[in-house]
Amino acid sequence: MTAELPAAPGDTVGRPAAPRGRRDWVGRLLRNPMAVACMVFLLATVLFGLAGPWLAPHPPGATQLDAVNARPFTPGHLLGGDGSGRDILSRLMWGTQRTLFACVIILCSAVIVGVPAGLVAGYRGGAADSLINWVSDLVMTLPGIVLLIALYTLTGPNLVLAMAVFGVLVAPSYVRLVRGVVLGVRSELYVDAAKAVGLSDARIIGRHILWAVRAPVIIQSSFVLGAGIAIQAAVDFLGLGDPSKASWGVMLQESFANIYTNGWSVVWPATLITWTSLALVLLGNALRDALQVGASRHTLPRRARQRLAALLAEKAGAELAEEAATERPERAAAGEALLSVRGVRVAYPSTDGSAAEVVQGVDLDVRKGEIRGLVGESGSGKTQTACSVLGLLSPQALVGGSVVFDGEDLIADPAAQARARGRRIAYIPQEPMTNLDPCFTVGAQLVYGLRAVRRLGRQEARHELLALLARVGIKEPEHVFGLYPHEISGGMAQRVLICGAIAADPDLIIADEPTTALDVRVQAEVLDLLRELRDERGLGMILVTHNFGVVADLCDAVSVMRDGRIVESGDVRTVLRDPRHPYTQELLSSTRVVDLAEVATDG
Amino acid sequence: MAETVSDHTTATGPGAVSDSGLQVTDLRVAYGRRRGRVEVVKGVSLAIAPGETLGMVGESGSGKTTIGRALLGLAPVAGGTITFRGQDITSLPRSRRRALARDIQVVFQDPYSSLNPSMTIEDILVEPLRVAGVADGRTRVRELLEQVGLPDDAGERYPNEFSGGQRQRIAIARALALRPGLIICDEPTSALDLTTQAKVLGLLRRIQRETGAAYLFISHDLGVVREVSDRIAVLREGAIVETGDSEQVSLRPAHPYTRRLQLATPVPDPDVQARRRQRRRELMEAGA
Repeated sequence: MTAELPAAPGDTVGRPAAPRGRRDWVGRLLRNPMAVACMVFLLATVLFGLAGPWLAPHPPGATQLDAVNARPFTPGHLLGGDGSGRDILSRLMWGTQRTLFACVIILCSAVIVGVPAGLVAGYRGGAADSLINWVSDLVMTLPGIVLLIALYTLTGPNLVLAMAVFGVLVAPSYVRLVRGVVLGVRSELYVDAAKAVGLSDARIIGRHILWAVRAPVIIQSSFVLGAGIAIQAAVDFLGLGDPSKASWGVMLQESFANIYTNGWSVVWPATLITWTSLALVLLGNALRDALQVGASRHTLPRRARQRLAALLAEKAGAELAEEAATERPERAAAGEALLSVRGVRVAYPSTDGSAAEVVQGVDLDVRKGEIRGLVGESGSGKTQTACSVLGLLSPQALVGGSVVFDGEDLIADPAAQARARGRRIAYIPQEPMTNLDPCFTVGAQLVYGLRAVRRLGRQEARHELLALLARVGIKEPEHVFGLYPHEISGGMAQRVLICGAIAADPDLIIADEPTTALDVRVQAEVLDLLRELRDERGLGMILVTHNFGVVADLCDAVSVMRDGRIVESGDVRTVLRDPRHPYTQELLSSTRVVDLAEVATDG
Repeated sequence: MAETVSDHTTATGPGAVSDSGLQVTDLRVAYGRRRGRVEVVKGVSLAIAPGETLGMVGESGSGKTTIGRALLGLAPVAGGTITFRGQDITSLPRSRRRALARDIQVVFQDPYSSLNPSMTIEDILVEPLRVAGVADGRTRVRELLEQVGLPDDAGERYPNEFSGGQRQRIAIARALALRPGLIICDEPTSALDLTTQAKVLGLLRRIQRETGAAYLFISHDLGVVREVSDRIAVLREGAIVETGDSEQVSLRPAHPYTRRLQLATPVPDPDVQARRRQRRRELMEAGA
């Protein structure tokens, strides 16, 4: 749903939600206790390492005979001494510095090699893309540790070189990540617009593309640092480190050789390695949560949710009671209604404990064989109303009021709603393509759907569906049955979905903008099909649309919605020819009528 | 198509073959290489005079968007020529195109993906000015915001704070920044609600009166195109099937394809619509 949103969607229960700025990912990160704990730990580790030269009680290589294999808390040696009589705390501080330095080298070389390569591959495409992919695949196949061992035989223990090489080995992960993001951004219209105003490639990358790449690179870096610590320790542990300089891996190797005489000395480097890696990975997860918030609404605590739900139900209940007291004449006819919607309200809670009501007490009746149009602009709540009948609202939604279908209140009894959905109440969606699973053939999906609601053999289902496909106007049903969704057109996909909807022989169809995504000629055909199906099967239908032409073509009755309320409702001729409500009048006057000169003079 | 349409490949109008407007001759656009090659635009000729609006209607896959992109240098031109103000711009390299950017601008369909969500409105509007080396960008931004009817303080805000209609106004302001001679409007109102659509179309018409810019107005909606266009070209499968005066094409179409397109658009009156449905059926049965 796109287009003009009202400044405040509906009225709100409690306070309105505050607008969310874009810079508050830092705030979101700081509100996550796990992220804060990780950051505090990492900061402490860094300070611990940096402070080494000043605070370490002993130089890293200083040996004292009385400290050989000293236990922890020996005076002067807080964490004890190692097999050569060196102070473990001091060595840890110096070692932290060296390990962190190694990780920074890994990160820098991986980012410096990987990010630009990914940018070029994604943005340029073509030969550059093929070449970079080929090289990056090649690098990925190289066994990292083996390569580092080979390097050791050539250069000896050279931390900077070894870690830089390792960084290059990690770079393909950045190449793939960045390339993927860039491919997505490159097709964004704002990049086309930038080209149209004459920006050079360098400026487009600098201003538009780097920004999009930023968040995933930060997240990935956290994971790479975590992996880097483990790899650096592993390389040192294998004896490829410089034994004359302390690092976590070197310390682990030395203490491991000494494990039976001084088990404690293993604990300190092992703990630091594990915790630091863990903190970095957890921080990476937290960063991902903070930087890549989808449109997801935060869930409220249960109690606050219940309070809001009660408030809503009370409001809806009061309204219904009031209406029942003042029995209106039009409601006398409601007895024969197939579906009777009364006082339905839908609200979405926000984090501050208030709730935005997007549907505010809607009444609607559909009789057997009647097509009821539900018209409105985006944000009017028409789709929300339709989905409340089906029970297809997002789990966050709070629903009040009643939806009586065949004597059962579907809102009060979710089990009845689940029984009716797909069997007696079917659904036709707006976007036919995204409602078919690209992994399965059209036939497989139809059979699966039908067998989920009716006890049928595979062959029987197939037989029945082939006949129905022919009925909804598909020329070669057998052929289409075996096709995948991407092999059929949008109009055909919509026919397939209509076939799926009527296969269970429903009494009511909820069609949510069923023709909006289609070309006008296909739209006309689909509308014809829906009309014929109604005539043949006596279906009731709710047709959600924004197009008054579609209403005139198909509907018997129409309700006009605005800001969560129905402003006008009635027979289609009355409403379209003699609209009473100013909003309906405004909508109709903005509808363009282009009639053929010959038709206009016809009657 | 053995039809009465006299001149079915060219949409040359009153102001045609002039040095001041746009002239497209036998334009071909193809994607893919060798065997997978698909020709999307198959020899389209059209002309747009200064200050004129040419509407272009067609269904999805008719190549209407691709023609617009070819004019902007965003689609691979396989043949034909595009001249603007007497200069051949068919396949200018990007560096040379920069000068042209002043003259041909674009408003895209989707106001959500056409504005970079990380930039303020002012940054978005200053960008083209900076590229063109305009010194006093800020003043021009205020002018632009006023011209498209947005508040002064809009400049400091981000796109996500605006509605679809307002975003489209921002996109229009960006297109106007360099005072172009031609604006390609690629379905600029298709993603908008009815009432917003009317306002944005009104804005486009007012801007045309004020600036004298020519429009190539691309849409699938005959009603919208008729409202803004002087002339209309109807596109089908990469070729123009009918072209003519706006009222004639929309109310008295000559080509059967246009007639079917016309009759398929529903009108908001049940009885008139029933008659149109009947006509459309007859037309289809006649095999058009």
